[in-house]
Amino acid sequence: MTTRIVELRQGILKKNDELARALRQRFTAAGVLVLNLVSSPGTGKTTFLERTLRSLRESGARVAALVGDLETDNDARRLAASGAPVRQINTHGICHLEAEMVGKHLDGWELDALDYLFIENVGNLVCPSSYDLGERIRVALLSVTEGEDKPLKYPTLFNSADAAVITKIDLAGPCSFDREAALRNLNEIRPGIRVFETSAKTGAGMAEWMDYLSAERARRTAD
Amino acid sequence: MHELSIASSIVDSVTGSLAAYPGARVVEVRLRIGALAAVVEDSLQFCYGIATDGTPLAGSRLRVHVQPVVIHCAHCARESILPGVQSFRCPACGEPARDLRHGRELEIEAIEIEEPEADA
Repeated sequence: MTTRIVELRQGILKKNDELARALRQRFTAAGVLVLNLVSSPGTGKTTFLERTLRSLRESGARVAALVGDLETDNDARRLAASGAPVRQINTHGICHLEAEMVGKHLDGWELDALDYLFIENVGNLVCPSSYDLGERIRVALLSVTEGEDKPLKYPTLFNSADAAVITKIDLAGPCSFDREAALRNLNEIRPGIRVFETSAKTGAGMAEWMDYLSAERARRTAD
Repeated sequence: MHELSIASSIVDSVTGSLAAYPGARVVEVRLRIGALAAVVEDSLQFCYGIATDGTPLAGSRLRVHVQPVVIHCAHCARESILPGVQSFRCPACGEPARDLRHGRELEIEAIEIEEPEADA
C-alpha cells in the first residue's frame, strides 16, 4: 500500500452554495427581492411577516412566502390569511433550510410576477448561518424578551446579517429591555448594521421597515 | 446541531473525489473550519463516525484546523487576526471591522489516502 495526500480545497457545502448561486441568478433575473428571515423560536417571525405581507399587499406589491418548520403547516396557514401565496417547507427534523428545499418549493410559481419573496427559516440562530438560500438580504430578528446579549451569544448569525429587526418593542418596558445595550451589541458584532425596532402588534417601526424594503428592491433590481 | 448535515456533506464530497483513485482507502480527512463557522468540533467528530459508517470513509480520522477570524482594517490598511468573535473591531486601532477576510471557512483541505500498489 502507498499513502498519498490529495489536495481538495473544496467547500464542504459546495453543493448548497452552487444551488444558492443559481437561485440568486434566477431571482435577480426575475426582479424579485428575496429575504431570508432568521431568529430563535418564539421571536415572532411569523407575526412580523404576517404584518409585512399585509402592508406590502395593501401598497400594491406582489409578495409570496416560503416558511420552514420541522413539522406542522400552522405558520403557512397563518401567513396565508394575508392573502399572499404561501408554501410550507417541512424539514422533518433538519434544523435549517437548504437551497435545495427552497428550489423545490418554487415549482409552479411565476417569479416574474413577484416583487418580494420572503423565506422564513426554521427557528434557530445557529444552523441557518451556514446555508445560503440565494437570498439578497439576510434578516436576523430578536425580541425584547430574549435579552440584549443575543448578538454576542450568536455572533455567526448576526455577523452574517444584512439587517436586524427587534420585535415586540411594545413589551420593552415590562421586560426592562436595555435598548442601548442591544444596539451596542448588534454593532459590536456587525458594525453599521441597519436596525429596525418594531411591534407587529402596535405597528411601531413598520413604516420604516416598509421604506427599507422598497428602497432595497429599487436598488437591488436596478441593474 | 447541523453537524450531522455537515458530516454527510463531507462524506458526499470525499466519496466523489475518490472516484479518481480506484481501490483507495481514506486514512484522514483534513478540514479548515473558520472560528465563525458555528461548527462544534466534538459534535462534528461524533457525527463523523455515524456519517462515515458503511462508506469508503469508514474508520478514517477527521483532523480539524481552526481558521481564526481575519479582518481587513481600511484605517490601518492591513489585515489582523481577531482574538475572539465578541467584537468586530480592528485590534490595532479599534475601528469597526466590516471587511471579513477569513473565519467563515467550511473547507475540505485535503485527504490522506492509501492506495493498493500498482502491479509490476
